[in-house]
Amino acid sequence: MSNFYATEPDLDRFRNRILVAGAFVLLMFLVLLARFIYLQVIQHEYYTTRAESNRISLVPIIPNRGNIVDRNGTILARNYSAFTLEITPSKTQGLEKTIDGLAEIVEIQVKDRKRFKRLLEESRNFESIPIRTRLTDREVARFAANRYRFPGVEVKARLFRQYPEGTLAAHAIGYISRINQRDKEAIADQGQEANYKGTEHIGKSGLEANYEFELHGTAGHEQVEVDAGGRGIRVLSHTPPIPGNNLTLTLDAKLQAVAEEAFGGRRGSLTAIDPNNGAVLALVSSPSFDPSLFVDGIRFDDWDELNNNPDKPMLNRAIYSTHPPGSTFKPLMALAALTVGKRTPGQTIADPGFFNFGNRRFMDDKVGGHGPVDMYKSIVVSCNTYYYMLANDMGIDNIARFMGELGLGRKTEIDIPGEATGILPSPEWKQRRFKRKEQQKWYSGETISVGIGQGYNAYSTLHMAHALSNVLNYGKVFRPHLVNTITNPTTGEKRVIEPEPVRQINLKPEHVDIIRRAMTGVAKEGTSSKAFAGAPYTSGGKTGTAQVFSLKSGQKYVSGQLKEKLRDHSWYVAFAPAEQPRIVLAVMVENGPDREETGRPGTGSRGRGKRRTARGGESR
Amino acid sequence: MKLVKRALQAILAHLDIPLMCIVLALMGVGLLTVFSATSSDGFQKLDKQVINMAVSFLVMLAIARTPPQSLMRFAVPLYLLGVVLLLGVALFGIVVNGSRRWLSLGFVRIQPSEIMKVAMPLMLAWYFQKHESMLRAKHFVAAALILAVPVLLILRQPDLGTSLLVSAAGFFVIFFAGLPWKVMFGLAAAGGAALPFAWNMLHDYQRRRVMTLIDPTSDPLGAGYHIIQSTIAIGSGGGLGKGWLKGSQTHLEFIPEKHTDFIFAVFSEEWGLLGNGILLVLFTLLIGRGLMIAAAAPTLFSRLLAGSITLVFFIYAFVNMGMVSGILPVVGVPLPFISYGGTALLTLMLGVGILMSIQTHRMLVKK
Repeated sequence: MSNFYATEPDLDRFRNRILVAGAFVLLMFLVLLARFIYLQVIQHEYYTTRAESNRISLVPIIPNRGNIVDRNGTILARNYSAFTLEITPSKTQGLEKTIDGLAEIVEIQVKDRKRFKRLLEESRNFESIPIRTRLTDREVARFAANRYRFPGVEVKARLFRQYPEGTLAAHAIGYISRINQRDKEAIADQGQEANYKGTEHIGKSGLEANYEFELHGTAGHEQVEVDAGGRGIRVLSHTPPIPGNNLTLTLDAKLQAVAEEAFGGRRGSLTAIDPNNGAVLALVSSPSFDPSLFVDGIRFDDWDELNNNPDKPMLNRAIYSTHPPGSTFKPLMALAALTVGKRTPGQTIADPGFFNFGNRRFMDDKVGGHGPVDMYKSIVVSCNTYYYMLANDMGIDNIARFMGELGLGRKTEIDIPGEATGILPSPEWKQRRFKRKEQQKWYSGETISVGIGQGYNAYSTLHMAHALSNVLNYGKVFRPHLVNTITNPTTGEKRVIEPEPVRQINLKPEHVDIIRRAMTGVAKEGTSSKAFAGAPYTSGGKTGTAQVFSLKSGQKYVSGQLKEKLRDHSWYVAFAPAEQPRIVLAVMVENGPDREETGRPGTGSRGRGKRRTARGGESR
Repeated sequence: MKLVKRALQAILAHLDIPLMCIVLALMGVGLLTVFSATSSDGFQKLDKQVINMAVSFLVMLAIARTPPQSLMRFAVPLYLLGVVLLLGVALFGIVVNGSRRWLSLGFVRIQPSEIMKVAMPLMLAWYFQKHESMLRAKHFVAAALILAVPVLLILRQPDLGTSLLVSAAGFFVIFFAGLPWKVMFGLAAAGGAALPFAWNMLHDYQRRRVMTLIDPTSDPLGAGYHIIQSTIAIGSGGGLGKGWLKGSQTHLEFIPEKHTDFIFAVFSEEWGLLGNGILLVLFTLLIGRGLMIAAAAPTLFSRLLAGSITLVFFIYAFVNMGMVSGILPVVGVPLPFISYGGTALLTLMLGVGILMSIQTHRMLVKK
C-alpha cells in the first residue's frame, strides 16, 4: 500500500513499530494467561477451599449442661432457658448511646451497667455481651419493635445455670462462671477448644469444676452460608449437640440441710461419710454462699461482700480448713498403740492428774486425776495423762507412720478440687517445714502434745471422717467421693462409680472392736452421754477441743472472758449405728461458745438432738 | 424507503464491521457480567448500562462519520481546554475520598482528566503531523512537555490510574512517531534510577497499594483485602467456572467494586479459564484490528492516533486484568467495554469511533 504523504523510510519504521507493539501485546497477554493458568488450574484447589471457608461459617451450638441431683433425685443444679439482651460492641454506633437508648425500652439498672462494663473488660470487642438477662416477654416484644434502631444488639435465648436449693451444699456443688484466660488454657490442654467454641461458662469450683468435661457435653454445629458482612444466608447442615451427663450424688440433701441448719450460721464444717464405700453423705462448710451469684458474672458488690466477709463464706472449710483435732485424736492413738504392741487393753495406769516430762509438767483436765485408767476408760473419760505416757512410749516416728497409714496428713483424693494436705507432725515434716536449723529440731515434748491431738496436728473434718471410716472398716480404705452415678441423658446409660478399696491398712479386727466399743461408751456413759440419752439408735463418738490460744500456766480458761476469735475450736467425731456403722462424721465448730457445755451443732438427722459436753483433752 | 436505505448506507459506509463485531461481543460479555454482579440490586444498573452503551454507540457513529481532517481541528482547542480545566481542578476542585478530581460547573460535576485521555493523543498526533518530515530532537522534547504538563496535574490530584492512561496515550504517539530506541532505553534506565525518588513522592495510600501487591497478606483486612478476595474468586473459578450467576465470591459480596474495577473477578469466577481465554482472544482481535487500521492509515496524524488509541485499549485491559489477578498494583482502571460506568465507556467508544473514521476515510483521502 503506497502513500502519497509519507516518505517510505518513515512508513517502514512506523510499520516496524506496529509489529513490535503487536508482539509486545501478545507477550503481555501470554503473561496474563500464565497467571490465569496458575490461579485457576494449579492453585485451583487451594482457592476453592479459600472460597468455601469464606462462604461457610461454622456456628457452634452449645450443649445443655448436665444436671446434678442428690442421692434421692433432689435437683441441686439444672438449666433454664431465658432471653438475654446482648450487645456486640464492635457493631454498635457508640456503646454509651446504645445502652442509653436501650434503657428507654427495657429496664437497665446501674448494676446491669456495672456488670456489663466488667464483662466488657474481660472480653474482646467482637463478642456479644449480655447487658440484661431474664427479659420478660413484654420486654422482648418491645425490643423487637425497636430493633432497627440498635445495630449490634440482639435478643438471644440462652440456657442459664440454676441452683434451686440456693446455698445448700454450695461448696460441694461449686458454681459456673464465664470462661477466662486461665480456663481457656486449661481447655486447650485438654484438647477441647473445638468443643468449647461457643461455650461461655465453665465450672469454677466444686463438682462443677471437677466434672466439667462430663457435665459440658459435646457441642453441635451448624454450617451456615454467610456473606461478606457475616450475615447468615441459609443453613447448609445441622449437627445437634450432645447434652452433658447428669451427676447423681452420694450426698443426701435432707441430711445436708439439717446439718447446715444445725450450724446456725456459726463458722465450721462437717463431713459425713458412709464407711462401707466412702460415699460422702453430707459436706457442710458454714457459712455458705449462693452459687447463682456467679453464673452470669458476679456483681462487684456481691463479690466484695463475699471476699471481705470475715467469716470467709467462699472457703470450703470441710476440705480446706485444718485444725488440731484435740481429743478426737485419742481413739486413733489407742489403736496405734494396740497395733504396734505398746499397750494392751487391760494395761492400767495410775493417773495423778499430771505427767512429768523433764522439767515440764503436763496437766490433766481433772484436778487430782482419774485414778486407775485402762484403755476403755482413757477414751470414755478422755484421760490426758494416759495419752501423754502413751505418746512418750510410742515415739513420734511410730505415731506419724501409723496416722499417715490411716490417711492423715495427705490428700484423701475426694472428687472436688481444693483439698488441703493437713499436717501430720514428724521430725521429717519439721525439716521440710522450717528453714532455720534450731527450728528444725524435734523435741520429745512435742511428741507428748501430738499424743493428745494438739501441737502441730492439723486436719480437716474430711480427714478425720476419712480416718475414722478407715478404722471402722477394719482398715479397708475407700476414696471419699460425692458422685455416685454418671448418667448419659441421651442413651440413659449409667456409669455407677463402684467404690473399690484403694488400699488395706494392716489392722487387727479385735483391736478395731476395742476402739469401737470404747467410743460407744463415750456416747453411753462418757463425755457425750447426756446428748444421746433416749436416742433410738446406738452410736459412738469422741469430743475434742482444738486450742487456738495458749494460757499462761496457772491461768484458768473461761470462755466468756476471751474474744470470740481466741476461743477454742470444738470437735466431734461420731459413727452410728454402733455395731455396724453406716455413717461416720466429723464436725468442727470454730471458736465454740463454751468449752464445757457446747450445745451445737447437732450431728445430722441421725444425731438430731445430740448434745455434747465438749471436754477434750488439753495439754496445759 | 429510499431515504431509509440511503441513510443506512451512509451509516454503514463509515462502519468497520470487524471492529464493530469485536466491540459488540465485548459489550455483550459486559452486560452479562454486570447483570451477574448487580443482580441482587435488581435491573437498575443493567438498564443504565444498556443506555450508556446505546449513547456511546451513537457517539461512535457520529465520530466515525467525521473525517480525520476535521478531528485534527479539535486537537489544540480540546487540549488547551483540558489543561485549563485541570488547572481549575487544582485551584477550585472538589475533594472526594482525599482526591481532588472533580470540577463543579454548578449543574454538573465533570472530571477534566477524562478529556485528556482523548485530547492527549489528538494533540500530539496533530503536533507531529504539523512537523512531519522534519522531525528533530527538539520536537520530541516539545512533545514530552505537551505530555508532561497535564500528566503532572493529574498525578497531583492524585489519580494514578488516569495519569497512567493519559501518559500511556501520549507516549504511544511519541513512540510511533519514531522516538529512537536508544533514547527509550536511556529513559527507562534513568527511570529505574529515579525509582527511589518517585517512591518518596507517592502518597501513602499509593505506597500501601504497591506494598500490598508484593504481599497482600500483610494487610488482609485493609488494602490487601481487594486483591485476596479477587484472586480467590479467579482461582476458585477453575477451568470452566462456577457458571453464570453462581459465583459465591460475587453473590455473597466478597468482591469489592464488583461491577466496576473488579468486574473481571466476577467474570473469571463464573466463566473460568475458558472465559478468560475467550476474553483474551477478543482483546487480542480488538488490538490486532486497531493496529491494522493504524498500519493502513494514510496520514501521519491518523497513523499515530490510531496506533496510540489501540495501545491504550491494551493498557486498559492489561492493567485491569493484571491488578485483579494480583500481578499489578491496584489502580483505578476499568476493564474496557465490560466494567459498568458511562464516562469510561464514552471515552472508549470515542476512541473506537476515531479508529473507524480513520479506516473508512482512508480511500477518500487517496482519491
